[in-house]
Amino acid sequence: MEITDSTIDYVAALAKLELSSEEKEKAKKDLGSILDYMATMNELDTDGIEPMSHVFPIRNVFREDVVTNQNNREALLQNAPEKKDGCFKVPKTVE
Amino acid sequence: MDITTLSALKVGKKIKQKELSVTEAVKAQLDKIKSQDASYNCYISLLEEEALSQAIEVQKRLEAGEWKESPLAGVPVAVKDNICTKGVKTTCASKILHNFVPPYEATVIERLKAAGAVIIGKTNMDEFAMGSTTETSFFGVTKNPRNTAHVPGGSSGGSAAAVAADEAFYALGSDTGGSIRQPSAFCGVTGIKPTYGTVSRYGLVAYASSLDQIGPIGKDVADCAAALDIISGYDRKDSTSVKKDNYDYSKALVDDVKGMRIGIPRGYLGKGLDDEVRVSILAAAKELEKKGATVEEFDLEAIDYAIPAYYVIASAEASSNLSRYDGIKYGFRTEAFEGLQEVYKQTRSEGFGMEVKRRMMIGAFVLSSGYYDAYYNKALKVKALIKQGFDKAFEKYDIILGPTAPSTAPKLSESLSDPLKMYLDDIYTVSVNLTGLPAISVPCGNDSAGLPIGMQLIGRHFGEKDIIRAAYSFERTKA
Repeated sequence: MEITDSTIDYVAALAKLELSSEEKEKAKKDLGSILDYMATMNELDTDGIEPMSHVFPIRNVFREDVVTNQNNREALLQNAPEKKDGCFKVPKTVE
Repeated sequence: MDITTLSALKVGKKIKQKELSVTEAVKAQLDKIKSQDASYNCYISLLEEEALSQAIEVQKRLEAGEWKESPLAGVPVAVKDNICTKGVKTTCASKILHNFVPPYEATVIERLKAAGAVIIGKTNMDEFAMGSTTETSFFGVTKNPRNTAHVPGGSSGGSAAAVAADEAFYALGSDTGGSIRQPSAFCGVTGIKPTYGTVSRYGLVAYASSLDQIGPIGKDVADCAAALDIISGYDRKDSTSVKKDNYDYSKALVDDVKGMRIGIPRGYLGKGLDDEVRVSILAAAKELEKKGATVEEFDLEAIDYAIPAYYVIASAEASSNLSRYDGIKYGFRTEAFEGLQEVYKQTRSEGFGMEVKRRMMIGAFVLSSGYYDAYYNKALKVKALIKQGFDKAFEKYDIILGPTAPSTAPKLSESLSDPLKMYLDDIYTVSVNLTGLPAISVPCGNDSAGLPIGMQLIGRHFGEKDIIRAAYSFERTKA
């Protein structure tokens, strides 16, 4: 499959990545051959087969809505690159 | 005597019989790691102080009469660095998590500690468990202790290499497409990927959630069974955990395979398989036959399409799971940015390695509109057919036998240049993850260069006891 520059740009945008021109070239080549390989699945007739996401028959799991979490704001914030007044700090999103 | 060469169970026994203190066991392990790990790079973090203070605590409780029925109490264990350890750095071998300290404990770690285990360190791996060589780690390559010119396999390469190099009595790994079994095969140790849902994934950093499963790596089958006894069982914190208990895997350590029906998929012995590996696998099958099992070849349906289906599904789930790394709540954040979108993009672009980026892009592509049906939906249908193939096989056979990997460990950097080639290292292992089945890799010989060969035994769902029994019986023929 021929992967164009615009496909790479589109996929990178979806994945929230910015690629250098070198990375783009490499990605174009690799993605093309990997997707070709993935397309070999088309040799297999899957007409009438239901797509299966879970191997086991699954049921929803219900429980009483009981609060079990403690107030551990400090612990949750300890890894934040930037924080302020007990909150995660992010750059301004509106002018 | 160098106790680090002993099995985990033997060390546990020595501790019980007061021939060895927990501190002595921990110190011996630390000394071994410090004296030689520079050659292998099995560990990302060594928990020296924590382990020594834990040892004193465990010793006290042992002397107070606790853990009488816990065979691994006091025995140091190594943990793959994608399993969260409260208060201890968990990096996933990625720059993006290089400074992450989890505020909570993975369920498996809680269970190990409750059984008296001492965590000795966090082991190296492929970044976010994506790879088959442990060469994509931000913290450098791990080398195969059997021959340092070769890779240890991946992605649990650090855990397998640590056990092989006597730098861990046993270790935990995670297996998404073969990441416990394949490095176990390459390093000449034993590893089990349990049935999906058997071991809680709570606290395992997610790569592909429908395929990921934690499991043990040990020097022999008995150690693996003992570790699996500890970590298995229902956990309400993992919605995919199966409500089942009393696994008692150690009870399956019986040297008897009489009447066991073993099938070898013809496709597992065909093109792409190294000749020396084939000879070794068939010889191992003969040994089991001599012990009373029946062995025959059969055709496993749809199996040729397991790898493409696996990489579509794994990449799709990875692209979704890894969207949480955005530089806001934890981990690395870029320094230069303007606005929120830039924080996300720059952080991710600088924080992830190439293999992770590649899989996230493939994932985004196969899930994108216009391609979803052709790739993702198709892969889920192929998965259904592979499951049907296994279901049919298990009507006739108790276990399925084959190689763990198509060759012995490749040379360092040989696979990295060609991602497709690296993906093919998982050819015999991925179908087990797609179908949620349990499987074990057990050493069955060496090639002419002296590199280990692994045999894989696959069981039906919750058929761990069958594969443990067969692997244990096979191990006895070598003893």
